[in-house]
Amino acid sequence: MGFAAPLRASEKLDVSKLIFEHLGDSYEWHIVEGAVIPLPCILIGDGSMEVFMSDRLEHGATYKGYHIAEEGDYEGKIVTATGERPFDISITKNVLELFIVCILICSVVLGVARWYRKNGSKKAPGGFVGMMEAVVDFLDKDVAKESIGHGYERFSPYLMTVFLFILTSNLLGLLPVFPGGANLTGNIAVTMTCAVTAFIAINFFAPKEYYKSIFWPDVPIFLKAPLPIMPVIEFIGVFTKPFSLTVRLFANIMAGHIIILALTSVVFITAEMGEGLCASMTVVSVLFCIFMNCLELLVAFIQAYVFTILTANFIGLAHNE
Amino acid sequence: MNPLTPDPGLIFWMVLSFGVVFFLLAKFGFPVIVKAINERKEFIEMSLLSAKQANERLANIQAESEKLLSDAKAQQKDIIASAMQEKKQIVQAAQDEAQAAADQMIEEARQSIQAEKERALQDVRKEVASLALDIAEKVIGERMKDDAIQRKTIEQIIDEL
Repeated sequence: MGFAAPLRASEKLDVSKLIFEHLGDSYEWHIVEGAVIPLPCILIGDGSMEVFMSDRLEHGATYKGYHIAEEGDYEGKIVTATGERPFDISITKNVLELFIVCILICSVVLGVARWYRKNGSKKAPGGFVGMMEAVVDFLDKDVAKESIGHGYERFSPYLMTVFLFILTSNLLGLLPVFPGGANLTGNIAVTMTCAVTAFIAINFFAPKEYYKSIFWPDVPIFLKAPLPIMPVIEFIGVFTKPFSLTVRLFANIMAGHIIILALTSVVFITAEMGEGLCASMTVVSVLFCIFMNCLELLVAFIQAYVFTILTANFIGLAHNE
Repeated sequence: MNPLTPDPGLIFWMVLSFGVVFFLLAKFGFPVIVKAINERKEFIEMSLLSAKQANERLANIQAESEKLLSDAKAQQKDIIASAMQEKKQIVQAAQDEAQAAADQMIEEARQSIQAEKERALQDVRKEVASLALDIAEKVIGERMKDDAIQRKTIEQIIDEL
């Protein structure tokens, strides 16, 4: 987690601003103070598309009628001169991190698959391929087959993809420097999209009985007619499942990032309070940060696993009701 | 910026990249790996099964060879026993035959001795008769006629002696 905010003696440190700046997205990638990678901005507004590098908008500059809002609802985002938001598909820090994650898991999985194409099934892999085999086999047999049962083969590639995606994003999010440092799974847009794919996997392939159990469940008749109490509850349940997936992942990862950032900020807050206090608090902060990073490493695995196994269980429930 | 507001741009890129990644991996990645793992699992199971069968066959062969060996040993014992029996019989037969031959020879010898003795006796008798005649001639002083009656008389006398 790189410290993006410039720290100068004259500036008053605003910890909450610093933390939210990190948690949010940005149009450029701060590596260290002075080393900033500008990223391309792609904006669609008024029927025309503009593409330019983000360093054109540095320090509140206006370029082709666009500037970064300083305050208001769209603070930190590119807006037009009238304060409206264009359709903004810029390659931001999070989008770039997303690409890195995608390229990483694609190359890893396709590389492992190529090993099997080359060596056939008679040879046992070792090293990294062996590790990936253990992961894939675990997800295939112990997660997908165990939770879904008959016909699990259709869903296990999705479950593996989503597991690897979340795990890689979580782990890269823990790296403080490029290519890590973005807060991908702590971003609600990302977790929401993951949950929407889970929603599709759960509901769009379910048999008739699943829909019957939602709209005409097997309960005493007065619970479903004339007032459809149970159908309404069941119908809401269909949406609370992916919603809980969204919030669980997002909140867990974001909370971990906030705690680590806050602990790191302790050093800079106490810097103004005298050298003795600052030195002792630095030790405490570093120790706590190490502890939290270990915990977050655990959480990275647990959250990827939880998301995957819950999705598998929801799919299984939809198929076996 | 509110962290609870999803950014449409990020959703757009997320849908696009996740879709592409899922398509690629579900088509070219995971099925290949899972298929290879399952094939290898089957291969290992088959190998174990055939190894088990081979072991069983080996055990069978061992039992069979042991049975064959013990059969051969029993047969050998039988053969040796019957050979011993036969040997005994042959020896016995030879002994019997030899005994019989010896007995016969002894019998023949005895008979010939008997005949020899008879003849000798006969000769002695004749000699004695003629001696007696000679003696009698001398005693009587006259030459007795060597006729049958005299001879008979002498023989009677000898028999009475």
